Amino acid sequence: MALFDNRRVRRTRKGDFEVRLSADERDLLRSVAPQLRSLLDGDLDDPGLRRLFPAAYAHDAELDAEYHAMVRDDLADRRRASVEILVDTVDATRLDEEQLLAWMGAVNDLRLVLGTRLDVSEDMDLVPDPGDPDAGLLSLYGYLGYLLETLIEAVNN
Amino acid sequence: MSNPAPAEVDRPDIDEVVEPDIPWIVLVWNDPINLMSYVTFVLQKLFGYDLEKATQLMLDVHHKGRAVVASGNREKCELDVFRLHEHGLWATMQHDT
Repeated sequence: MALFDNRRVRRTRKGDFEVRLSADERDLLRSVAPQLRSLLDGDLDDPGLRRLFPAAYAHDAELDAEYHAMVRDDLADRRRASVEILVDTVDATRLDEEQLLAWMGAVNDLRLVLGTRLDVSEDMDLVPDPGDPDAGLLSLYGYLGYLLETLIEAVNN
Repeated sequence: MSNPAPAEVDRPDIDEVVEPDIPWIVLVWNDPINLMSYVTFVLQKLFGYDLEKATQLMLDVHHKGRAVVASGNREKCELDVFRLHEHGLWATMQHDT
């Protein structure tokens, strides 16, 4: 290991991943991951979840309904499986590649739900005003983006 | 669609007309949530594109609003769309017109 290697998630020589997140970060993930799980166990037609189940056929409602009937439970199951792995390994200092990919999936799903709720736009300022009632959610959204970048960098390495 | 053809003209037997095999395309649309690095990563992972090709497609999505990332018959494209949805990308499919 390099003396000044400050990457917080990195691939080891063995091919698995070393995860060096702070206790605060792990607490944050511990608190938000089960919320995603609850949403997935609830009403999948909730408009807040629409980015998790997008239309496949933009111009054909009938084909799109068929597609959704066919895949929706499967999509939800796969998402639940990923968030379950995140919950189970939130304190882990080593992850295998499958677990790391599950973290990526769950973190991205959290961003999709949060970004939908915050109605984010591409040029949006992610540094919230202190008085903004969404300040907490915006910070969380920003953090999850940073964490996702970290995970992508680690897996690409 | 009806066609008032003269009765004596040979017309193809409808039962033998196979649905034309019009190819489908899979599109990924720009969205304000997914990170550029994440879109690139997913395109590499799902389609085996090299970094250069995946990055170019991601940039097309970003700058042009959408990019065709795959094509084929309906079943194949539906599976591709499913996998893109599984990874949280905003993907649709349509006939290649």
